[in-house]
Amino acid sequence: MEDTAKTPDTNAGRTVGKLELFMGFAEMALGGFGGVATMARHVIVDRRRWMSEREYAEVIGMGQILPGGNILNMSVMVGDRFQGPLGAVIALSGLMIIPILILIGLTMVYELFAANADVQAATIGAGAAAAGLVIGMGIKMGRNLRLEPMHLGFAVATFLAMGVLRLPFVGTILVLAPICFAATWWRRRK
Amino acid sequence: MTESPLIKLAVTFGALSLVSVGGAPAMMPEIHRLSVEVHPWLTNAEFARDFALSQTAPGPNFMMISLVGWRVAGLEGLLAATLAAVIPSSIIALLVGRLYVRLARQDWFPVLQLALPPIVLGLIVASGVVTAQAAVSGALGVGIVIASASFIALTKYNPLYAIAGGTLIGLVAGRLGFL
Repeated sequence: MEDTAKTPDTNAGRTVGKLELFMGFAEMALGGFGGVATMARHVIVDRRRWMSEREYAEVIGMGQILPGGNILNMSVMVGDRFQGPLGAVIALSGLMIIPILILIGLTMVYELFAANADVQAATIGAGAAAAGLVIGMGIKMGRNLRLEPMHLGFAVATFLAMGVLRLPFVGTILVLAPICFAATWWRRRK
Repeated sequence: MTESPLIKLAVTFGALSLVSVGGAPAMMPEIHRLSVEVHPWLTNAEFARDFALSQTAPGPNFMMISLVGWRVAGLEGLLAATLAAVIPSSIIALLVGRLYVRLARQDWFPVLQLALPPIVLGLIVASGVVTAQAAVSGALGVGIVIASASFIALTKYNPLYAIAGGTLIGLVAGRLGFL
């Protein structure tokens, strides 16, 4: 019998089959209308009990510092944990295949009505709102991070390089990230 | 001399995948620069439209890349862009995930956890500004951007409400002749 009275610190003995893996990730992607991150934690920790809260936090924390989307990276690590590299492929497929089909379907339906003046006006409004959404996300993140002045400086420098000067991404990251790392390292050593 | 668009898509998004800290929301300035300015696959208005579409569909934000691929070369383009953007970073995640316990004990690990978020923050704000510049051409658009940003920053409601609100305002403004 499983002990449901308390949340275990680790779900080390938990096994997850291939089908369950696919279904779980599809559930996260489809249930996460307007944001997969919240839904992902809910499915993995609460609903399906694949991992404990702490284990999930570790995986998502790792996903954030690696290149690639943190949800994608988390999917790879969770899939690999239960079913090896094939599990990583299954997790990614569960996360992406159905949403991509929906997106393409949505796009094709949109194209049918794209010439309509109302649809064109609505699209301009939706585009502006979607852009505002990203700015709002940035503001929220900035507030939650409570950066020290030095790190705020790096945030501003990154913004200026990418948002104002429109420098190429790869070069910008390869210059700014190591400098920020070195500066942070040096500060902690003192 | 004209390289196949599939190769261009794969090379473009494959390279991006290897350095894309912060994931898709942070990558918009680069996706815009590549797909509107460098190649050019989309106009500003098309970029804004596709970004709104990809935000409206369920699933990871990342799917904007799949949609750009679709626009450039149909199903093959979609597969090329998506796989190129997913595979390199996923291989890194697979290897690093297996070394996690060992890596997490290294001195540099907590430093990296402190050093990357400011960079990601700068990228996300830049993403918003670049996307807004692509989407907006008048005072009404600026108003919608500010209203949507405030809604997300100040409340905990589902972000889709902001897009629905913007869509409705656009529709009404169009009918009233403001656009």
